[in-house]
Amino acid sequence: MSNEKKGVRLEHISKIYQDPKTRKEFYAVKDTNLEIEPGTFVTLMGPSGCGKTTTLRMIAGFESPDEGEIYLGEEPINALPPNKRDTAMVFQSYALLPHYNVFDNVAYGLKLRKLSKVEIRAKVENILKLVQLEGMEERMTNQLSGGQQQRVALARALVMEPGVLLFDEPLSNLDAKLRVEMRTEIRRIQQKVGITAIYVTHDQSEAMSLSDKIIIMSNGKVEQIGTPREIYYHPKSRFVADFIGEANFLKAKVIGKEGSKAVIRIDGREMAVNNYADAKQGDEASLVLRPEAVTLAESGQLPCKVTLSTFMGSYQYYQAEAGGTTVQITDYNPVNKRIFEAEQKAYLQFDPDGVYIL
Amino acid sequence: MAKGQGAQLERKKLLADPIMVTTIVVLIAFLTLFILYPLAILLVDSFVSKEEGVTLSIFQRVMGLSNFRRAITNTLKVGFLVGIASALIGLLFAYVEVYVRLRTRALSGLFKVVSMLPVVSPPFVLSLSMIMLFGKAGIITRYLLKIYDNSVYGFWGITIVQTLTFFPVCYMMLKGLLKNIDPSLEEAARDMGASRMKVFLTVTLPLLLPGIGNAFLVTFIESIADFANPMIIGGSYDTLATTIYLQITGAYDKEGAAAMAVILLCITLAMFVVQKYYLEAKSTATLTGKASRARMLITDRSVTVPLSILCGALALFVVLMYVCVPFGALFKTWGYDFHLTFKWFKMVFTRYKGLKAFKDSFVLSLIASPITALLSMIISYLVVKRKFKAKGFIEAVSMLAMAVPGTVLGIGYIRGFSGGVFHTGFLQGLYGTGAILVIVFIVRSLPTGTRSGISALRQIDKSIEESAYDMGADSFKVFMTVTLPLIKDSFLSGLVTSFVRSITAISAIILLVTPSYLLITVQINEFAEKGSYGIACAFATILILITYSAVLIMNLIIRYFGTSRVSSD
Repeated sequence: MSNEKKGVRLEHISKIYQDPKTRKEFYAVKDTNLEIEPGTFVTLMGPSGCGKTTTLRMIAGFESPDEGEIYLGEEPINALPPNKRDTAMVFQSYALLPHYNVFDNVAYGLKLRKLSKVEIRAKVENILKLVQLEGMEERMTNQLSGGQQQRVALARALVMEPGVLLFDEPLSNLDAKLRVEMRTEIRRIQQKVGITAIYVTHDQSEAMSLSDKIIIMSNGKVEQIGTPREIYYHPKSRFVADFIGEANFLKAKVIGKEGSKAVIRIDGREMAVNNYADAKQGDEASLVLRPEAVTLAESGQLPCKVTLSTFMGSYQYYQAEAGGTTVQITDYNPVNKRIFEAEQKAYLQFDPDGVYIL
Repeated sequence: MAKGQGAQLERKKLLADPIMVTTIVVLIAFLTLFILYPLAILLVDSFVSKEEGVTLSIFQRVMGLSNFRRAITNTLKVGFLVGIASALIGLLFAYVEVYVRLRTRALSGLFKVVSMLPVVSPPFVLSLSMIMLFGKAGIITRYLLKIYDNSVYGFWGITIVQTLTFFPVCYMMLKGLLKNIDPSLEEAARDMGASRMKVFLTVTLPLLLPGIGNAFLVTFIESIADFANPMIIGGSYDTLATTIYLQITGAYDKEGAAAMAVILLCITLAMFVVQKYYLEAKSTATLTGKASRARMLITDRSVTVPLSILCGALALFVVLMYVCVPFGALFKTWGYDFHLTFKWFKMVFTRYKGLKAFKDSFVLSLIASPITALLSMIISYLVVKRKFKAKGFIEAVSMLAMAVPGTVLGIGYIRGFSGGVFHTGFLQGLYGTGAILVIVFIVRSLPTGTRSGISALRQIDKSIEESAYDMGADSFKVFMTVTLPLIKDSFLSGLVTSFVRSITAISAIILLVTPSYLLITVQINEFAEKGSYGIACAFATILILITYSAVLIMNLIIRYFGTSRVSSD
């Protein structure tokens, strides 16, 4: 094992599980190909059961792929048990050894490598400083707060100087405020150390704020890979659009093309919008409207009828009927705007450049 | 879909771990040789005769024996009644402890003692006290009630003694389940207008029913497998265990005894399967929820007073029966001369080689217990934390040992090892040695140890071991530095439980012990049968002292070195 940052490559990886009740076999992960660049922070994201944790555990070596090969750097690692892999994992439950103090927890892996006592002490102290836990060496793990335990878990993985750092929903046991603090901390440390990190979560704000790249998974398959911006503004499927952020889908008909844009008709009105789905004339398509990209006004692109109006503090939340569907609208900073009430008629106002069809 | 590659990779990872592979191989060999093989040889012995080849004639012959047919009905009758009585008394105790506010410290102390006593005492001392309290020379019958010809031997004797011996097991089982009932279920029923009785009948009882069935069957199996109590207090009322014993020691009918053992095994096995795979699963499935908060205890005097009196009286009676043993050893002649004397204790050591008996029992048990404790922890680790093909086999066989009555195992060992493995002479040297006694001790205690290990390990988050594995430890390192330290309490109590079980064991041992070893339990049994109650009680008293101190020492060790310390400071 070395300090060198490594990339990870998954080639045609599949994992088959058996449903314990029906005894039916199903693909937890199916024919997945991934290329993770050295030194990048990549997040695997998706609803529960999408195969993200299974993928991570296959990289760590706790599960064995039924098809395909996993490479760490250029080395195929399928047959290596977890203790022989140059990976280190931060667990959801922290998984600190409860019978050891902080120092011994962090030193555990170093002792197994038979480093000298002096070397171990130096490395452990160094890492504890990095995660801001200096002076806590003698504490038992159950005397630490959740955030501190999380830091020990992180230190314990980092001190091994692994080629790849793996995170299995590490922040899900923390309260909301700590979660924000820790995710900033994780990103700071990862960038400082420059290590390759693969992070599993179902929390999109974590994925957005941490990652260089996000991999969206669903039903064992990769739906889309991209930077947070790409994923948010250019979702390739209805699933991704719906999963990342909130999205309204309005039925529209493509009636023509105008350069790279598509001209659609919706509710009797025509407009030119981005055509990411490469829809052709005559296609039925969905117009994707992010709730924050729409406001209610006395004039606009589409007429609607307000059905719900709720003050949420930082924004006014509306639901309105337009084009036969219910559209959600979050109107931020509503203080000086007209507030529409339920049953009132209004218009959806949005920038046609900010919407697209799928 | 092909899972081939995944399975192949798992195998490769496993093979990369030589200590793990060796452990699994050794374990499988041990379980096969000392649990499966002795049972298999019983089948061979009872189905194959030299003259006729495969035959049912041996079974026909033993079924033709009227005393054997009687033994079957006797055993089932006793087992059924003991099962019901124990489950009911156990339920009463558990309910009172969990639901009723006990006014006095003394009563809850008494409950603790009652649950503790059967653990530390040899399983058959109650037979001794029963005879000494209610027999012909019994203090209560003869001295207090002036009944001079009361017979405690037979059906009622066995039933009462076994019930009093086994009900604490039911009490502990049901207590655990009752604690898992969420009080808000019952409060909801009360809120909708049900009376306390109605709540018990329509909410508590139905939830508990599979658990009660489970307790009933566990006791049923214990009763059927019990050898020593029927031996001492059965008189001419023979049960299967005693009949089999007599068939081999009295009639020297080895094939017959083997066939009888197979029949006994089939009965216990069938019940065990129902209990383990149906009732146990069901009883925990209905009661998975943790109680969300403390239960409002019943303080209504019309409930607490009668229940306290009833349980108190029963508990006191049980304690009295145990207390009667040391007094039996201190009185000059039980039932006639109540002067205190140490002559029985002296005779134990001067005339009856007491020192050797205690030394033999003590040393053999002391050798067996660490092996048992370690083995059961290893088995639990493999079963709970690892994936490999033979895992199911290891789990099933070590649990199977729980369903095998000691007498059956004893006969299996006689048939299996006296002429060597498959009568070939291989390992023949084992027979008659202390080693085979140690092995029997191990096999007899393994299921309890494994069960406690498994439940302890299930409490531990899988990722704790995974994290150690991830940081570079191999299986052996993970087991030694993480698993074992985390289940230290379970390991320590396994150590003492197996020691206590071994030193108080009799059913299998009595068939295998040779004159070169004197074992306390065998001595007690012998003197009790002869009617030398003073000597038997003296032996039993010292034995209880040994086991009780073992438990005390364990509690001290757990208090100062156990894992609970780590989490509390």
